Amino acid sequence: MFAQIREITLMNLQNLSSRLGSSSVIVVGIGGVVAVLVGLLSMATGFSAALNSTGKADRALIMREGSTSEMNGAMSAGQRATIRAMEEVATASGETYVVAAIEKIGTDVPANVVVRGVEPPSFDIRPEVKIIEGRRFEPGRAEIIVGVKAASQFKGLGVGETLKVRDQSWQVVGHFVAGGSVTESEIWADLANVQSAFRRGGTSNTMRVQLVSPEAALKLNKRLREDPRFDLMVRTEREHYAEQSRDRATLINDFGVAVGIIMAIGAVFAALNTMYSAVSSRTVEIATLRALGFSSLPVVVSVMIEAMALALLGGLLGGGLVWLAFDGYTASTLNNASFSQVAFDFAVTGDLLQMGLTWALALGLIGGLFPALRAARLPITTALRGE
Amino acid sequence: MSAAVTCRNLEKQYTKGKEVVPVLTGINLEIEEGDFVALMGPSGSGKTTLLNLIGGLDHPTGGEIEVGGVDLNDMNGRELAKWRSEHVGFIFQFYNLLPVLNAQRNVELPLLLTKLSRKQRAKNAGTALEIVGLADRAKHKPSELSGGQQQRVAIARALVADPSLLVCDEPTGDLDRETADEILGLLQTLNQEYGKTIIMVTHDPLAAERARHVLHMDKGKLVTDAGVEV
Repeated sequence: MFAQIREITLMNLQNLSSRLGSSSVIVVGIGGVVAVLVGLLSMATGFSAALNSTGKADRALIMREGSTSEMNGAMSAGQRATIRAMEEVATASGETYVVAAIEKIGTDVPANVVVRGVEPPSFDIRPEVKIIEGRRFEPGRAEIIVGVKAASQFKGLGVGETLKVRDQSWQVVGHFVAGGSVTESEIWADLANVQSAFRRGGTSNTMRVQLVSPEAALKLNKRLREDPRFDLMVRTEREHYAEQSRDRATLINDFGVAVGIIMAIGAVFAALNTMYSAVSSRTVEIATLRALGFSSLPVVVSVMIEAMALALLGGLLGGGLVWLAFDGYTASTLNNASFSQVAFDFAVTGDLLQMGLTWALALGLIGGLFPALRAARLPITTALRGE
Repeated sequence: MSAAVTCRNLEKQYTKGKEVVPVLTGINLEIEEGDFVALMGPSGSGKTTLLNLIGGLDHPTGGEIEVGGVDLNDMNGRELAKWRSEHVGFIFQFYNLLPVLNAQRNVELPLLLTKLSRKQRAKNAGTALEIVGLADRAKHKPSELSGGQQQRVAIARALVADPSLLVCDEPTGDLDRETADEILGLLQTLNQEYGKTIIMVTHDPLAAERARHVLHMDKGKLVTDAGVEV
């Protein structure tokens, strides 16, 4: 039986060269489905990865109770000093989180960029923040440093350029990376300057703390909630960014799958059509084999293998093209939780490619099954006449 | 000599919508082992349908058919396929070779259904090609062969599994006179020297002359030369 399947399959595949045009319909159709699906899902994966990579379990945000965004909350300098002294806290920095409208490169449309006012310990808490060009801002001076993704997406953020925000001119003195995280979409400045420019008085929105251990998060949260002087809660970075990425990643994901399904339906019909015509053009050959004594199963299996081989080729082509074109491609989208732009890299991962190939094979299977059954069920005497 | 083919009151009809179209009615026939029978008759007389039933490609709708002592009536599709692969060689008007395979691989096809080794298959296919005089064309694809050569390859394919019965549907219908004569000579050799029972459908009286017996059909029945039902 295996020898029968192998011989008929080889024969079918050798025959492909004479049916390049019709065979390419399957390859291109299914390749398109896989490309769109993997492309869209790589966006969701990249977006999630950008936000998730920002989070660490032993780093936390202290935010106003019930808040989901760093934009809310007002912590006084006194409250910050009290928290700094707590035993669960290793290092802490007050941070103010505001947005500024800046024009995006390639458009005249302004979009929101996060401007984060930080204290010097912020650099210790986030060792992944590294200056790659220029230098850090100096406290007390109207200087800013810009994350590389923000610098590549927005106008006027090159080192040495001056940015005008809230009637104040800020000089860009450095660019930084932050391990590919969402922080790379931000602008950082001295906390006191930001408080002044955005009229926040002495308050900060949040505190960023380096905990003594991941377990300290729960203890600190309990302590703050039980202390009547505070209306605050503790969320680890991992919890915070996972929460922020969930909705949008789910939306992109669902959209990707929906578009994929719609395209897949079209591709299945294309595959069915191609395989019906492939089988039809070989009606006499298949009937001859059956007349010689070959049973129906090898015929069915070989037609399906052919359809799946073409589908796999399409899947590899579509996945490969998306990988070449989009993997690492930087885009930005609005983070609903902060109303600011988050830049992220499309991530065409092995898992996504594997999923794309699975879709391709499934489409090939469906596209090949019915023509294969038809080929096997057609009466031999009818098929020998080429009908 | 025992009977290679026995048909008793054999019937075949097709249904087109609600209409029943009889193709064969009450065929009674006995063909002996080692015979070479030509089946003649006008188009639509039921020659090919009878040939298909004898070759186990189709089921009768009535009557009985035995080939080589085996009752074909009760066999299902799978059993018939196995039986065909062991006992029947087919030769078609348009050769029905697989265009992507060379002559050797085409001839080897029926042997894929046996347990023979690859080497043995190749050897047997080579022998079959020698019998039909095409050993030197083993590596040629059908498109590189003439019509007569293609039909020789098809005959080698029909022979290679050593079946006792060869069924031929207009084997010379697509060939010129000279080539047709060569093919008919080859069939006669297979009948006389190799003892194959041959049943050949043909429109060509000259081809029919090469057979030992000629049967005539008309309107789904066997008739005498004069057209009288037998």
